[in-house]
Parts: sequence; structure tokens; C-alpha cells
Amino acid sequence: MREKQIDKLKDYKYGFTTDIENIRAPKGLSKEVIEFISKAKKEPKWMLDWRMKAFERLKNLKEPNWQKPKYPKIDYQDIYYYSAPKSTSTKPKNIDELDPKLLETYKKLGIPLQEQQRLNGIAVDAVFDSVSVATTFKDKLNEVGVIFCSISEAIQKHPELVKKYIGSVIPLTDHYFATLNSAVFTDGSFVYIPPGVRCPMELSTYFRINASQTGQFERTLIIADKGSYVSYLEGCTAPMRDENQLHAANVELVALDDAEIKYSTVQNWYPGDENGKGGIYNFVTKRGLCKGTNSKISWTQVETGSAITWKYPSCVLQGDNSIGEFYSIAITNNYQKADTGTKMIHLGKNTKSKIISKGISAGFSDMTYRGLVDISSKAKNSRNYTQCDSLLMGNKCGAHTVPYIKNKNPESNIAHEATTSKISEEQLYYCQQRGLNPEEAVGLIVNGFCKEVLQQLPMEFAVEAQKLVGISLEGSVG
Amino acid sequence: MLKIKNLKADVESKSILNNFNLEIKPGEVHAIMGPNGSGKSTLSNILSGKKGYDVSGEILFENKNLFELETEERAHKGIFLAFQYPLEIPGVNTNIFLKTSLNAIKKARGEKELDAIEFLKLVKLKAKELKFDEEKLNRQLNVGFSGGEKKKNEILQMSILNPKLSILDETDSGLDIDALKIVADGVNSLRKKDNSFLIITHYQRLLDYIKPDYVHVLMNGHIIKSGGPELALELENKGYENFN
Repeated sequence: MREKQIDKLKDYKYGFTTDIENIRAPKGLSKEVIEFISKAKKEPKWMLDWRMKAFERLKNLKEPNWQKPKYPKIDYQDIYYYSAPKSTSTKPKNIDELDPKLLETYKKLGIPLQEQQRLNGIAVDAVFDSVSVATTFKDKLNEVGVIFCSISEAIQKHPELVKKYIGSVIPLTDHYFATLNSAVFTDGSFVYIPPGVRCPMELSTYFRINASQTGQFERTLIIADKGSYVSYLEGCTAPMRDENQLHAANVELVALDDAEIKYSTVQNWYPGDENGKGGIYNFVTKRGLCKGTNSKISWTQVETGSAITWKYPSCVLQGDNSIGEFYSIAITNNYQKADTGTKMIHLGKNTKSKIISKGISAGFSDMTYRGLVDISSKAKNSRNYTQCDSLLMGNKCGAHTVPYIKNKNPESNIAHEATTSKISEEQLYYCQQRGLNPEEAVGLIVNGFCKEVLQQLPMEFAVEAQKLVGISLEGSVG
Repeated sequence: MLKIKNLKADVESKSILNNFNLEIKPGEVHAIMGPNGSGKSTLSNILSGKKGYDVSGEILFENKNLFELETEERAHKGIFLAFQYPLEIPGVNTNIFLKTSLNAIKKARGEKELDAIEFLKLVKLKAKELKFDEEKLNRQLNVGFSGGEKKKNEILQMSILNPKLSILDETDSGLDIDALKIVADGVNSLRKKDNSFLIITHYQRLLDYIKPDYVHVLMNGHIIKSGGPELALELENKGYENFN
């Protein structure tokens, strides 16, 4: 019985490949490839110019190397930067016209696009390799003025919004991976919530990597205009492969006066096998700008997948009284590595931030929480509270906490709490004596440990995430 | 119900139990008394399936070889251990722990699991019977509970799971007289013709409230004397030292 449970670890449920004919850009990174991408997306000249500017800057940038997880040198000329199913070269008008193979893929992933249209509640943008293949509920959202479409479509149809905000939170020259993304980004979601509108449903994007030797360069831009509210969720999976694939995304959020954005991630990229072979390099730049007064941005992440997770979803608290939040569960098992956390940059007066981070490491994995709280001299009466808890399973894994604290304002206040604990044999024995098998026992203890974060997820996803937490740790005991 | 034949148990090649024999029939209450280090806790650990012991001999529970069952499978079969030192599990709500436990056992037995409402009804009833503060059921499991509350929580779990064989490992130690009575009431209310108890204790005190059918004296790894409840009194008068 126990062996069966350990076996389950080997089948990553989303590890299948869809056999579909692709259109690819030539391999490697070059001016021509960027032109290819821009042309494939029928972009206006200003967008291509912007990409080229990033490409020029990239030549003078080096990959950062201060992170804890090290990885073999990436050969950027050995990656395909664009790969799209052939059937999407003329974008289908509605979901029923979509290639049945794509519909089947999303159904297998648990996101039946056609049915989802009929069910109320969640609008989905489905991104497959380098293109958005479908977006549901667009018309219904349009009625209240909400724009929810792929970033490629937004560049064509809403150039004034894209032009105004793209790169306004993550500058073109921010760092190597962000600049690389600016040069070669392919698809992602675009959301605009007009003033005073509370988005009537959850918005979500499902990212799927399918093609081999291909990088995914997602670009997402969400703008919440004055007094609006939106809750957005992204999910990610990829096939099981021996190679490492790069996912380098840029996500920018902008909240104007009195607006609120809640951004949740359930990241389940292929983590590699139990010997650490293969898996996704998840090198992502996510940043939110609380531009207006009383604005609020809240990041919630459940990071269970990827060979290496390296990301710091951040908030720039520019508007007075603005609020930034970061809730994180990061789980590493086998040979996975994570270096994740957040940055809270307090610029406005009376700004508040809260960081709740739960790191769980098992097997031979290694986890680092790295976070920056920076209160500027003008950010009077600002507050931060950080709580950072680590849970270790077994004695071959690692957990590290690296907080950076800068407070230049004497009227402001930063509080940091950290704990490290271990699931003890005694706790497991106690649960087993009460009839739980070791996997159930670990699931119960771990879910208790990360409850505060799970509670932040939209209800529809909280149950899924809870299960995922259990599955990710399967085979880590016994 | 339980037959232990010629049990021998070592930890890191140190002998703890040897030539240990005991039979418990359905409905019987057995008390095992013994000094510190006589192997009392080892016995309860081995019965419930804790790892880390080298064992030989035979233990049959309802004619099934216990050594072939995992810890949780023994629980499914109806063996319950009230821990001497109940564990704290931060973040896990006591109610949720109890419900997960009850339903895991029901599921393993092919019985219908209880939904949230059915469970709450049951737990409220049992908590009231045992005078267990209901508010504590919404707290993290055993976190911030006093020693007495932890022990009462064990008895509450026992009464909800309704096991066939309940092993109480020094449940009375550290209890004041009121808590002791509550624990005893809990045990007595579960005494039925099919439910058996193995009560491990240092003191005769608990046996004033729970009348055992048999008392055994455990010394140097095996039972040196068995008798009725009067044996406990004799032991209390003489002390372990002079008992041999």
C-alpha cells in the first residue's frame, strides 16, 4: 500500500505532451527572431522599436548571480523563442472553432474551455506556448467595460493603454531576465478595469508549455483604474522532459487611486524527476505599483513546481495610504530549489505592508526566503510586518531566511518574525495512531502550517491548492 | 481479543521486555502497574505500532498478527492509545484533526464518513459528557493546552473513536482529582461487553474510580504477579521495592 503511494510521485499529472503542428521562429536570439515575433503578432512599429531597444540594452547586461540556486549556463542561442500551434495562425473567432487537440489539452488539464463558458464565475485566458489560444467571457466582461484579452490583442486594439503602462513598473533595463522578456515576450494577459468597476468575476490565465526546447516569455499587464477591484489568478503546467526549459515572465500591475488588485498564482510547472533531472527554470519578474492613494495590491502565491523557482513579487507603495501584501507558500521536494520572497518599497506616507511566507522543504531540496523591506525617508508613519516560517521534513534539505531591512524614516516601523520547525517522527506517529497514513498525516500538518496563506486564495482555488500541497510532498516520508 | 505470547522487545540491544504474556478478553479491564523503567510505555508503544523496537514473540489482536499491520492499520482495527505525552500540532484545528481521524478510520472500514454537521453534533455531545470546554475544539491541537486538558482531549478522542481496545498510558499522571474523575467517567461510559481496556499506571489512585477486572505487576520486563483489584492495594501498601 505504501509503495503505491510513493509511485504516485512519479506521475506528475500534467506531464503529457500534445502532438500538434507548430510554427516556430528560427532557433536562437537575434534581431531577425524579434522581427519574426513582432510580425507574427502583427504588431505596430512602436512595439517593435520598444523590443529592439530592450534587445540593444540586453547586450550590455549580465545574468545576475547572487541567488542561492546555481544552474548550468544557459545557451540562449539554443532556445526557440516562439512556437505556436499552426492552427492558431489565423486566430479562431470563437472557442468552438478552436483546434480540437487544444480543447482536449485544456480538458485534460482540468480546464474545459467550452464548459467553462457555460459555467458562471471564472473567465479564462488560455496561453499555449507562445500564443493565447482562447479567452472566455470576453463579451460579458465587455458589458461592464472590463477589457480581458491577450496582450497581443491589446497591443493591436488598445495601444494607448499598453503604450502608457507597459514598462512603467518594470523598466526596460531592470535586469537581465526582465530585459530579455521585453525583447522577446510572446503572450500573456491584459486586463483593464475601468473607474469604479468591481470586476464581476474572477479572471484567470492558464499557462501551458508544450513544445520542447522552447522558452516561454509571458507578459502580463493589469491596470485597475480609480476605485476599481479585480481578482486574478494564474496557473501553470508543463510536460515532463529531461531538458530544463526557461520560463521568464514579466508581470506588471498598476493600481490607481482607491483601486485594489488581488493576484494569485498556483505554480505547478514540471519540477524535474526524483533525481533532479529536467524541470522548468521559473525566473520571473512580478511587480505591482500602488500608484494612487489608498490603493492596494495583494500577491498570493503557491509555488510547488519548477526545478528552480526564482522570483520576488513586489509592491512599490507610491500612493499615500497604499497597502502591499505578500502571502506565499513555497514547497520544494527531491532536488528542487527555490529562492523566493518579495520586495516592499515604501515611498508614500502611511503606507503599510504585510509579508507572510511559509516555506516547506523536503528530500534533498533547498529553499531560501529572500525579502526586502525598504522604507524611504518620505514614507512617514509607515509599517511593515513580516512573518517567515520554515518547515523541514527529513534532515537532507535546507531552509534559509535572508531578510533585508532598510528604514530611513524614524517615524516608521518594521517588525520581523521568523521560525523554523520540523515535522517530528512523534507527530507522525501520533497521527498514524489516530488512523491517518503517513501521507495524510503530512498533508494535515503541512496544510495547518500554511493555513494563513491558503485562506487568501479565491475559494474556487483554495481546495485545489490544498490538494496540490499534499501531492507535492508525496513520497517525502516513510 | 488480545493475546500476547512470549513477547521480547529490545531497544539498541538493551532488553526492555522479555517473556511477556498477557491475554485480554472482550469487555475486560486490565491494569498494569510497575515502577519506572519496568517497560510499561514500551508495551503500549509496541501494541500501537511505534517503530524503533526489535521484537520477537507473538501478538494477536482478534486473531490477526499485529506485527504485520502498520500503525494506522492497527488504529483502523480498533486499537487506541491515549498518549502519556499528547503531541502538539500547530496550525491544525482540534475539530478538524478529530474529524479527519474519525473519517480515516470509517473509510478504512468501509463505513460511511460523517459530514461536517453530523460530526459537530457528535463532538458536541461527547464534549459535554466529558465536561470538555467546547471552545478549545476550535484551537490548534493541544497547543497551549494545560497538562490536564491534553489528557482530557485524549479521552475525548477515545470516546469519539469508540475503539475496541483502549490503552491508557499513565493517563492519570499529572491530573488533579476533578480531572481524574472525568477521565474515569469517560472510561466507564465506554465500558461495554465488547470494549476492552489496558490501563497503565504507577498509582492505585485511578483504580478507585475505574474498577479493573485484573491487576498485573510488571517488573524487569515481565509480569511477576497477577490478581484482582486487591493486588493494587497490596502494592500500594508494600511499595515495589519490597514486593518481590
